Amino acid sequence: MSNSYDHDDGKPGFFARWFFSTNHKDIGTLYLIFGILSGLIGGFLSFQMRMELMEPGFQIFDNPHTFNMYVSMHGLLMIFFLVMPSLIGGFGNWFLPLMIGAPDMAFPRMNNLSFWLLPTALICLLISMFIPGNPSGDGFAGSWVMYPPLSTSGHSGPAFDFVIIGLLAAGFSSIFGAINFITTIFNMRAPGMTMHKMPLFAWGILVTAFLLLLSLPVLAAALFMLFFDRNAGTGFFDAAKGGDPEMFQHLFWFFGHPEVYIMILPAFGIVSHIISTFSRKPIFGYLGMAYAMVSIGVVGFVVWAHHMYTVGMDVDMKAYFLAATLIIAVPTGIKIFSWLATMWGGSIRFAIPMQWALAFIFLFVVGGVTGVALANAGYDAAVHDTYFVVAHFHYVLSLGAVFGIFAGFTYWFGKMSGYLYNKYLAAAHFWFFFIGVNLVFFPQHFLGMQGMPRRYVDYPAEFEFYNKMSSYGAIVTLIGVLFFLIWVAEAFIVKRKAGDNYWGEGANTLEWTLPSPPPFHQFNTLPRIK
Amino acid sequence: MSDHAVEHDYHLLPPSPWPFLSGVAATIWGVGMVAFFAGLYPRNAENPNGLMEFLFSRGMDMFGADSSGVSNGGWIFLFLGCVFATIVMIGWWRDVAKEGNTGDHTPVVRIGLRYGMIMFIMQEVMFFVGWFWMFFEFMLFRKERAGWNTDVLESASAYQDGYGVNAAGNHFSTIDPWGLPLINTLVLLLSGTTVTWAHHALIKGDRKSAGTGILLTFLLGFFFVFLQGLEYKEAFVERMTHGFWLDSNIYGSTFFLATGFHGLHVFIGAIFLFAIWLRLKNGSMTPKQHFGFEAAAWYWHFVDVVWLFLFTFVYVVFALN
Repeated sequence: MSNSYDHDDGKPGFFARWFFSTNHKDIGTLYLIFGILSGLIGGFLSFQMRMELMEPGFQIFDNPHTFNMYVSMHGLLMIFFLVMPSLIGGFGNWFLPLMIGAPDMAFPRMNNLSFWLLPTALICLLISMFIPGNPSGDGFAGSWVMYPPLSTSGHSGPAFDFVIIGLLAAGFSSIFGAINFITTIFNMRAPGMTMHKMPLFAWGILVTAFLLLLSLPVLAAALFMLFFDRNAGTGFFDAAKGGDPEMFQHLFWFFGHPEVYIMILPAFGIVSHIISTFSRKPIFGYLGMAYAMVSIGVVGFVVWAHHMYTVGMDVDMKAYFLAATLIIAVPTGIKIFSWLATMWGGSIRFAIPMQWALAFIFLFVVGGVTGVALANAGYDAAVHDTYFVVAHFHYVLSLGAVFGIFAGFTYWFGKMSGYLYNKYLAAAHFWFFFIGVNLVFFPQHFLGMQGMPRRYVDYPAEFEFYNKMSSYGAIVTLIGVLFFLIWVAEAFIVKRKAGDNYWGEGANTLEWTLPSPPPFHQFNTLPRIK
Repeated sequence: MSDHAVEHDYHLLPPSPWPFLSGVAATIWGVGMVAFFAGLYPRNAENPNGLMEFLFSRGMDMFGADSSGVSNGGWIFLFLGCVFATIVMIGWWRDVAKEGNTGDHTPVVRIGLRYGMIMFIMQEVMFFVGWFWMFFEFMLFRKERAGWNTDVLESASAYQDGYGVNAAGNHFSTIDPWGLPLINTLVLLLSGTTVTWAHHALIKGDRKSAGTGILLTFLLGFFFVFLQGLEYKEAFVERMTHGFWLDSNIYGSTFFLATGFHGLHVFIGAIFLFAIWLRLKNGSMTPKQHFGFEAAAWYWHFVDVVWLFLFTFVYVVFALN
């Protein structure tokens, strides 16, 4: 063994450390900072939207195009620039190598490439908001799903071309990240750590990485088709040239459905560890939990058209996609009940991460149940593109994935920064956020069932009550976000030192054997797992 | 932890500028893509000779006559981005080659590189799945799709004068698969044998034959790209009469984009082999340790297989259909 950088234990200088990094923990930190910044931008957009919808009529937006541009950018920012960078890039980079006992990721330089393509993507998206989209206004207002013809002949300006380039950059970033994670998991587990002894977070990242690897290239192909349809006269999605606009929806949702599991599976892993830690019990049904995630990933590839029940598919296809979609409820149920069984008889501590994890289970069940309802093609036809759908996917993502992020952040904050946070400030963050987001999204179920459609800047006075409630919820959520920023700042100012294993008994994965924060390069001697 | 020596064989790297510079190059390239293809400024802006109009107006006209007489510089950023990216890649790959020669690629790291390459080829396969999905949907179900009828396709091609039903009896202008495409198939298959020859020679330690094999392989690859360029040029010149170009109809779009992206991958694979050839000449690649060569060979076989699918379905079966 002749590693020419044996001596390279010290941290490099500031610029080299943060711009030229090849260290998984530093890159993870960059991802988390990036995720928080994009989340604040995306959250600002949604706050404006809620303020607009406070009352019927126009409050903030004088141009409906701008409102829809905010809707589209909110979706893209939150999915590609908040949830994916935080859960996969942030926690995945930080804790996957620590948990499997590896000194770093398999390809440290490519790891940094994955990160540095994201600012490129974000710059492209932000540019797109300020340049002409179509004659009605600036930016792309065709929602994150980008269906043609609205995204081809409907948006003749260059704004959407920037969105395409941005998403391609974000896509390549995730593909390189996925290659890195898969190789790390297959090749760099500590001696004795078989696949069946691997922590559940690593399983979640493994399945997620495969979903990214197999679904994102299809999106890339679809985005190239859109780009050439717009700029080179090709006719992929142009009926006048024999093309088929519906085909884009198939290609998009073949990526888009695995994408929703990409966003939730790492959160499943994080929540499993937290439930186990604060119940002081090993996770119930470890293998079932791992293979439930694998089967969610596999089945997730063959259910995509349940997003498109109203495009005019024939009834056999609807029946197939309905049945296949309902099957996903089975492995998801395995996970929910295993979490409950883990807590059963445990000595439970309601620490902050546990509060986030319990809230995650509750909210994810609500979103999951409406998901089972929406899987039915007949019912979906009634509420398609209404606020019922908005409430459903915000319950699984905004409240599911984001609660998973906060659960992980509060669980590992001391490990990452070396400092403990003030639990009262963190509790205020949790309660304001929990009450706020429920107030935002629960009334939207009723709005949807009353028939209020998505993506409209205005609505009849009949919908005012629930909309007002929802908008008040946005204010409560904003207070929660402020408490989040406050407790993070407070922890860095006061600098209460965190011990190696500040959660004590129950936290038994490998990262708790290291100091907080871990050394620049950990596991110079590989740990041995019995 | 950090105060004692490293006792594992994994590859820890010092900081590297290349990923960050790749991000910068990608940003320049992205702005160039939009400026070149879409244009941030309208072509006949009020101030046609301003610097911003020149830099960011649509540059597609470098392929054809620009009736407005305005010089368009949309290609400048695209070009700069490509040059920047090329420099970054050269620097990055030189570092990788150096590390390979100085023994950083221990057995466990080499296994990791194998996993990485397999995963990379898997995602490339899924990229082409997207294009083939488009093609098969159109080939198999075009009559069943809502809103489609044969008249639409014919009337949509405004330049179909003098062109009617082709020999196979359908209304699409297709390229005869038994001319250039067949030669191209043979070229690629032949390159598959030369790369295998090079591999066996390398394992036996016959570096001279290995060099010749790799040289022949990437020359055949560039020859393939050249022949396909000829095929495109012919279609482009005759598009007024035969109406077969990427904007003529869905078949033209799928044909040119799918074969075009394949051609791009052949080009990338040939450059990959060229880089391996340079490394062989510089003395690296031993009979026991030559993963760089193997990765290039895997990639080469992948583009070969994609071509066989393209040739079988997009050229032959569609022409018979």
